[in-house]
Amino acid sequence: MILYIMCFFLFLVGIYGAITKRDLIKIILAIGIMGYSVNLFLVLLAYRSGALIPILVEGLNIPPNMMVDPIPQALVLTSIVIELGITALMAALAIRIYQKYDTFDITKIRRLQG
Amino acid sequence: MQNNFPNEGMSVIVKTITRFTVWLIFLYGLYIVIHGHLSPGGGFAGGVIVALSYVHLTLAYGKNFVLDRINKFAMNSLEAIAAILIVLTGIVGLWLVGRFLANFLGIGTLYTLLSAGYIPILNIFICVKVGMGLYLVFYYLASFKPQEG
Amino acid sequence: MILSQFIFVPLLAAFLIVLFARKKENVAAIIALAACAWILIVAVIGFLKLPAHGGLILENTSGWKIPYTIALVLDNLSSFMLIVVSLIGFLSAFYSVQYLNHFNGKWNFFALFMLMMTGMNGVILTGDFFNLFVFMEISLYSAYALVAFGTESEELEAAFKYALMGAITSTMILFGIGILYSYTSTLTMADVGLQLSHSGTPKLLFLVYGLFIAGFGLKTALVPFHAWLPDAHPSAPAPISAMLSGVLIKTLGVYAIVRIFFNVFGAPTVVLQILMLLAILSIVIGGFLSIVQWDFKRLLGFSSISQIGYVVLGFALGTPLGILGGILHLFYHAIFKSLLFMDSGAVEYATDTRDLRQLGGLSKEMKVTSSTTMVGTLSIAGIPPFNGFFSKLIIIIACIQAGRVVLGIIAALVSIVTLAYFLKVQKHAFYGKKGSAKVLEKVPLAMKAVMIVLAALCLLSSLIMIPPIREKYISPIVDTVRGKTSYIQNIEPYFDTGSIK
Repeated sequence: MILYIMCFFLFLVGIYGAITKRDLIKIILAIGIMGYSVNLFLVLLAYRSGALIPILVEGLNIPPNMMVDPIPQALVLTSIVIELGITALMAALAIRIYQKYDTFDITKIRRLQG
Repeated sequence: MQNNFPNEGMSVIVKTITRFTVWLIFLYGLYIVIHGHLSPGGGFAGGVIVALSYVHLTLAYGKNFVLDRINKFAMNSLEAIAAILIVLTGIVGLWLVGRFLANFLGIGTLYTLLSAGYIPILNIFICVKVGMGLYLVFYYLASFKPQEG
Repeated sequence: MILSQFIFVPLLAAFLIVLFARKKENVAAIIALAACAWILIVAVIGFLKLPAHGGLILENTSGWKIPYTIALVLDNLSSFMLIVVSLIGFLSAFYSVQYLNHFNGKWNFFALFMLMMTGMNGVILTGDFFNLFVFMEISLYSAYALVAFGTESEELEAAFKYALMGAITSTMILFGIGILYSYTSTLTMADVGLQLSHSGTPKLLFLVYGLFIAGFGLKTALVPFHAWLPDAHPSAPAPISAMLSGVLIKTLGVYAIVRIFFNVFGAPTVVLQILMLLAILSIVIGGFLSIVQWDFKRLLGFSSISQIGYVVLGFALGTPLGILGGILHLFYHAIFKSLLFMDSGAVEYATDTRDLRQLGGLSKEMKVTSSTTMVGTLSIAGIPPFNGFFSKLIIIIACIQAGRVVLGIIAALVSIVTLAYFLKVQKHAFYGKKGSAKVLEKVPLAMKAVMIVLAALCLLSSLIMIPPIREKYISPIVDTVRGKTSYIQNIEPYFDTGSIK
């Protein structure tokens, strides 16, 4: 249980970073931390004590009840791909913003109000 | 192969080592893809490693060296073709079996390379899609200039 | 009826555009229009054929049975949403063909547009939590990129803001899905609902409610989560603003909320009360903030917040009448808000500005635009023969019937505010004295045609209110939303009963 709570704590660290930091790059990293916390949470869900890999290996007959849950691992892979996409997109936007405003500081990037 | 841009990229030591390692990385990526249905890994993981071999080359030799050998337009098209082929694999399943993305090939014997129906095919398409896509993302991000124009 | 074509046809179109239409812009437009028309036709056929199938068509992708596969589910609600999305999508694509003359990279636009359609169709059809998340991300990525399409400073800034908030809340939704999976060991929506109905309400579920309300509430732009909308929607090209305001916030927000909270969790009272509070806040704050705006599209963006509040208010009442009002207002708002955004796009196309202080007296030179804007204004303000009147009236009556008289009165009063700020648009843009902006270019024919079609739909769609039509087509949707267990019961026969677990 303490591990799950630590995951949620890491998630909150990510939100804190995304909200309080002023640098675009640091904000993107904070989003990454949030994503990692969720990935960690999903992998921890799949854990089963003493269990082995959920793969059929020749010569090593693992019974199905001694495998860890494979679904969260598939979910983590998908969510990593999605995070890769959002990180790349936000990095591209940050670079374009830097070209226009010559700064990464969000307090100086305020052409829109509201 | 002639290097038209000898002054770009990193030092001679890095370039020489890269010449030995880049093929290993590329082949390791292909191994992961081809054995994706037998061992951990698969299309995405293998594709990322394939893309990383290009990234490795770009970092060591500079991006003009890589662009000399690989056409960007071809990479873009290859990515789109791979995506279309993934969808078409699904449609073939719909056509032959009646369900989208259904397995339309025999399952084969367990633990052999030619088994698991259409999963190796999909793995290869996904590898092309991810490899090309990831390298293009890297390339476009790396080619931004701090100043416009 | 092949349900997966709603997903693979636009996906295929997107990549065909990337492959073949990079140099030829007309080919891109033709492929996109063909795909949109295909989806629209199939969606209408599906809607008409659905009663013969007993109100549910289910497709197991990849041939496995439910807990081991992703099921695509077409029921009354999703079929209705598909028609709304594909109708507005087709008209927006048609409009963009000539609107984009002022932009570079048409093929890029259409490829992203088709990906957005893929994502929205997927969100509507899927019966699986994680799949919903994936499709939501697909459509959101295209939306982020399309908001930044003009690559001006404001557009990039708005896109970054949107991407930042979208990423945070998407992660929250994923966290909620993880908690649900840990509790029920399944991701299929109907299965989750079934397991939860057996086990009662665990305390952990309230965390999931909170995460989902924050996550989908931001996609809907309900008030505490609305900050991105007035930046992002005006920054996008006009047809994309029409898509974002018209259908994206409804598909990713309202539809997902309704599907998850009503059909899976069985409409818990605490969630309905929170949604009601957020909805009434959105109505009031969105309405009053619109009055002070001078940017035409920004005003429309704030108005979207206000109007989406009406939709959510209708659903959150939970009574049949309220849900009827919510569904109708969802449909009608999609029509008249896309119309108004396209009008603002036409004004911007012709005069190159959308600042109301510089516009004025355009009604003589832009007859079609000004008259269709008039129709849109009358609809959104709720003037009787137009469609907005009926849906707002139903929502207000439903409020009073449900004993929430104060909410009804507030909703009615903000309706007057709506009329006020749209009269401001009329006065400063189309009537009144001539402004400094001149009409530089004529509005192309395709744009005019789309605006006229939408204006006609504003009138024609009120025909849904005729009782026989309403009984036949809209009442089943209300039943689908209200039936707390019918969604689960309908899908249960498709479950795999073998014991691989």
